[in-house]
Amino acid sequence: MNKIVKYVMIDILKSKVVLTYLLFLIIICFSIFNLDDNTTKGILSLLNIILFIVPLISLIYSTIYIFNSGEFIELLVAQPISRKKLITSIYAAVSLSLVTAFILGTGIPILIYSPDKTGFLFIITGALLTLIFTSLAFLGSVITRDKAKGIGMAIFIWLFFSILYDGILLLIMFQFNDYPIEKLLMVLSSFNPVDISRILILIHTDYSALMGYSGALFKEFLGSQKGSVVIFIILIAWVIIPAIAAIRKFIRKDF
Amino acid sequence: MIEIKSINKRFGKLHVLKDVSVQIKKSNSVALLGPNASGKTTFIKCLLGMLIPDSGQIEINNQSIMGDYKYRNMIGYMPQIGRYPQNMTIEQVFDMILEIRKTSLSGADTELIDAFGLRSLFSKRMGTLSGGTTQKVSACLAFLFSPEIIILDEPTAGLDPLSSEILKEKIKQERIKGKIILITSHILSELDELVSEIMYLREGSLVFHSSIEELQNRTGEKSVSKVITSILKTPYE
Repeated sequence: MNKIVKYVMIDILKSKVVLTYLLFLIIICFSIFNLDDNTTKGILSLLNIILFIVPLISLIYSTIYIFNSGEFIELLVAQPISRKKLITSIYAAVSLSLVTAFILGTGIPILIYSPDKTGFLFIITGALLTLIFTSLAFLGSVITRDKAKGIGMAIFIWLFFSILYDGILLLIMFQFNDYPIEKLLMVLSSFNPVDISRILILIHTDYSALMGYSGALFKEFLGSQKGSVVIFIILIAWVIIPAIAAIRKFIRKDF
Repeated sequence: MIEIKSINKRFGKLHVLKDVSVQIKKSNSVALLGPNASGKTTFIKCLLGMLIPDSGQIEINNQSIMGDYKYRNMIGYMPQIGRYPQNMTIEQVFDMILEIRKTSLSGADTELIDAFGLRSLFSKRMGTLSGGTTQKVSACLAFLFSPEIIILDEPTAGLDPLSSEILKEKIKQERIKGKIILITSHILSELDELVSEIMYLREGSLVFHSSIEELQNRTGEKSVSKVITSILKTPYE
């Protein structure tokens, strides 16, 4: 394993934040699955919580981690190591530990209570969301020098994708009620990784029937093989594009 | 040999380095002097690639350092305020840097570690260290790989008299070995036996860069501190 990844991993494990996150996920999952006999319902309740928590934790933790390892980065920037390797290693270590915590924390309960396709899909999208928001956090913290600003930006990104974006969509829906805007909505939703993950999982459950005409349209497109592939491509683009932007920015950064 | 060709660096509106050109030949030991905020640390950081100059060229042994990182194998750097990962122990920090430089502690220059008695503190976490001990760690790291170029940014600030003596001894030794040494310091009296050239920056411009003998002849003074004060009193041509 890459030595920088190794050192960052040791550091992350020592701080115990990720371990707490793992425990937290396990507790939430077990308590939700135990509240209801219906595991699909359980998955849905879990989905709502996870879609809030995963982006928030990934963003805030990654941002704080990068700012707190300013010293570490400063130390290594003066060493014979390329900046590209440095930042990609830190990214790999942070995202790997968050993804591992997520997969273990939700994977174990899901494997026990709902070991089916939806459960599996749930874990994959959750892991991708973790990667996406870690990438965005990296981009944000490479751009800003100020910790408070960086964290503010992280919170704003979270608010935007979790709440504001849906608000805007709702507004559009009400305003253009009389027009056939389903396709437009579908396109707009695809730009939000949180929304698209939610839709992806919803349409793979029986509850998609409750989503009305838009739901049917979503199901027709996204429920198909092709649709799922498109969604995954979008999600992966959300991981890669901010990450590459962050790396490029970091290479030119002043210390 | 280090060759710096008219580098400029701006931080926003602030023009920190103005067209600085310097040549430092092999086995020269240079004191980088100047008032606060004259661009000393910026200059050093440009050499290390921590800052990227807006324009100009930096060459080490006739190789441009822009976009390169391997050249840093030749450089040992002691920062002004060494900041280290709080959770790592001293030993882990050493191990990490050693691993990056692909050597082991047995193959490295551990003279300073022993002289400072750091081995007994190896299991202490960096976050718990005092400022002085942190400086010692920085110093050890700078000398660990017997680099060809040693850059020390205010090396003795925060060290107790005994430790700063040890460090100065070490610098002298390395100087004899023919290393290029670049020191910034505000304590002029301690530079006497350490440097052979003086480079003076003011508000980002290089005021002068000449050998000590030349400056001594010009001013008729012996010690570095007297030389500098005498130059600063009379306008330099």
